[in-house]
Amino acid sequence: MHERRDRYPEYDVLAKWSGPSWNDKTREVIARRLSIAPEPRFFTRDEYDTVVAIAHRIVPQPAGRPPVPIAALVDRKLHDRIMDGFRGPGVPRDADAWRQGLKALNAEASAAYGQRFAALPDGLQDKLLRAAQCGELKSAEWGGLHSDAFFKHRMGRDIVLAYYAHPTAWSEIGWGGPASPRGYVRLDIDERDPWEAAEAKDGSDAAARRSNRRVR
Amino acid sequence: MSDNPLHVPRASGGRAPDVFRPGGWVPMRQYRESEPVDFAIVGTGAGGGTLACKLAEYGFSVVALDAGPYFRPLEDFASDESEQTRLYWTDDRIVDGANPLQLGGNNSGKAVGGSTVHFAMVSLRFRPEWFKSRTALGYGADWPLDWREMWDYYTEVEQALKISGPVTYPWGPPRPRYPYRAHPLNGAARALAKGCEALGIKWTETPLATLSAPRGLAHPCVYRGFCVAGCSTNAKQSALVTWIPRAIAAGAEIRDLAMVGRVEVEPSGLVSGVYYHRDGAWRFQRARNVVVAGYAIETPRLLLNSATSRFPDGLANSSGLVGKNLMAQSNQAVWGRLEHEVRSYKGPPSLAITEHWNYEDKGKDFFGGYSYMSQGPLPQLWANTLFSARGLWGESLVEAMKDYNHVIGLKIVGEMLPQESNRVTLAEEVDQYGLRIPRVTYSWCDNDKRLIDHSLNFMGRALEAVDARDIWTQDDDTCHLNGTARMGSDARTSVVDADCRSWDIPNLWICDGSVFPTVGGANPSLTIQAIACRTADRIRVLAQRGELNAAVGRRSPLHQRSTEVHRS
Ligand SMILES: Cc1cc2nc3c(=O)[nH]c(=O)nc-3n(C[C@H](O)[C@H](O)[C@H](O)COP(=O)(O)OP(=O)(O)OC[C@H]3O[C@@H](n4cnc5c(N)ncnc54)[C@H](O)[C@@H]3O)c2cc1C
Ligand code: SF4
Repeated sequence: MHERRDRYPEYDVLAKWSGPSWNDKTREVIARRLSIAPEPRFFTRDEYDTVVAIAHRIVPQPAGRPPVPIAALVDRKLHDRIMDGFRGPGVPRDADAWRQGLKALNAEASAAYGQRFAALPDGLQDKLLRAAQCGELKSAEWGGLHSDAFFKHRMGRDIVLAYYAHPTAWSEIGWGGPASPRGYVRLDIDERDPWEAAEAKDGSDAAARRSNRRVR
Repeated sequence: MSDNPLHVPRASGGRAPDVFRPGGWVPMRQYRESEPVDFAIVGTGAGGGTLACKLAEYGFSVVALDAGPYFRPLEDFASDESEQTRLYWTDDRIVDGANPLQLGGNNSGKAVGGSTVHFAMVSLRFRPEWFKSRTALGYGADWPLDWREMWDYYTEVEQALKISGPVTYPWGPPRPRYPYRAHPLNGAARALAKGCEALGIKWTETPLATLSAPRGLAHPCVYRGFCVAGCSTNAKQSALVTWIPRAIAAGAEIRDLAMVGRVEVEPSGLVSGVYYHRDGAWRFQRARNVVVAGYAIETPRLLLNSATSRFPDGLANSSGLVGKNLMAQSNQAVWGRLEHEVRSYKGPPSLAITEHWNYEDKGKDFFGGYSYMSQGPLPQLWANTLFSARGLWGESLVEAMKDYNHVIGLKIVGEMLPQESNRVTLAEEVDQYGLRIPRVTYSWCDNDKRLIDHSLNFMGRALEAVDARDIWTQDDDTCHLNGTARMGSDARTSVVDADCRSWDIPNLWICDGSVFPTVGGANPSLTIQAIACRTADRIRVLAQRGELNAAVGRRSPLHQRSTEVHRS
């Protein structure tokens, strides 16, 4: 199993919520994101379960904290018709591409292993996703959609963007997060404002822990 | 709330949002649709916004329409990447060719102020020789403009935007000092500088359209780093906070959420106004002149969508070149990681630059040039880069993302050559307004590939020189579209003349990045604005000489409709 040592122990970007780094508009937007219920509005229940399973392979999350509701975030984006605005010839618009891709992926799972994607063990799910990434999945259910294009430009893209739109992910990577009106003052290499995350340096994370607890 | 700028127009009822005061308004003149204005301008970005300002200040009556919303930066712009995707033009488009372009967030805006609302503010002059690249450098096409004249217009725009930049600029002929001092370097810029010094080439602080000192009600840049997501402090000198307020003060009307679907042509062969969609209905604004300034995709699309029996191939298209010679700029990158903490999310994405390979012609196996800049991708963009360009997912993606604060990158803005086969055409499908959507076809030529190889190789050495580890290249990315309605001195080989006036229809003008015959290796917006300033001056001269369809041209003196108009 992977070891998930915290690079930025106890750093929580949300601790700055009421501080000068967050303005009203940002609080409004993030509050909406944080309150998303893990229930589908755009996807059917079946589709939604497949997305949950895929998201878990594309961006695996540790057990020790509440998970980022990736599938719900993707669902809401499609529900709100937020689109990329460009697509290859023959590729359906964003929402239709999702529907078709999920159907095809489940068909591939059934054909190869006699089960829906979500019911497969991790290893077989990864195997199917890797085959999609390489454009090797070609059953009739894909229609004009190439599995590699679906993987890269639609499914994986939306999942990755959803995860890294969440404060939990921001804390994980030690990003400063929203920064208006305060912004930053110390810009140079190895410089850090007190309201930025401190990184745990080899072995000892006590100093980082202490510093991160004070971030506001 | 009714105050949703995406659904309800804000510039109406004789007022427009005051972008400098929360909840504030400024009085705005309104024109009747039935009475022709001197100029109806389609698009309010770098080209259209600048031109609207200058023409209004010269006393012409101006209505500038934009398909996008009228944002209030101080209140509408969250510090958030996903929320701010609403700044981009994400209407349906089809991309094909051997190297299909990535559009959406990568290429154009949809807002009053256009793409300058989310641009990265890099404000460069073109190398003088680029205006005669065919004659002087042996490739591309000559511009019908003289670089010395452009040098004066660059100065005008730099002053209007209070560009912050270095005291002396290392390349090209002398230019005046930048109006505001350069911004401090961040970690990423420091690394670029170190790399250049190790390789023996010059670098400088990037001239940027963001304030390094207060200006009026706008305070200086706070280095929050959300520039391509939309600046919430008004430090960014976008068209929205510079040219547009001036335009309104001088009597121009801005119409937001107004999508122009067709330029109307009279039996006489002159254009007579624009059909536009606003508030749920199609309307018609009469105009003595129409200026199309919708960016390199929407401009040809509108001209093609306006075809009539007299102009069956679209307006201004007797040369057959409308939509052709679309040029992206290459935007490849080399990435690595440093042991040190870089945290390149702080500050504008590019704070240091080298134009070495724009001015050095020796040691190249390709035509054209490129600059390269330091980079500061925000987390969503960075994660998607690792996923799509590097193929990382699963545990390897999550782990690589934890190195975010150590990432260092250099990115080019490279010159791609004009090719007629790279083009915008109309697809059969229609968009939400019922208008045929654009199909954007793009393939790199061998010269483009050689330029990219050269740059990746060179930038890789620059990263090695600063002891970056795990160096990898992102070889498929482009930025900045231009071309598709090129200017020239011959009606057979260009769409507009040096004044941005179409050869075919004397009262139809095009004033945006579409008119570029070549793109150079420098970001285009300063040049677009300089051309717009020049076009306004030329229009004023033509009006004085009676060579223009404009009420104002028949009056004199010309300049005074400006500020006294509406100060209620
Ligand atoms: C992420 C990003 C970063 C960039 N960074 C830089 C940079 O650092 N430096 C630089 O020089 N350049 C940069 N650019 C490019 C620069 O912003 C553009 O080149 C420039 O703004 C183009 O000017 P324009 O007048 O052609 O079009 P725009 O500024 O895009 O204006 C076009 C306007 O026309 C409107 N419009 C289009 N069609 C219609 C219609 N039919 N009816 C009504 N309205 C319409 C659109 O809504 C839009 O507001 C960047 C671009 C992007 C995407
Ligand atoms: S870094 Fe400066 S220009 Fe960029 S968004 Fe922040 S304040 Fe605006």
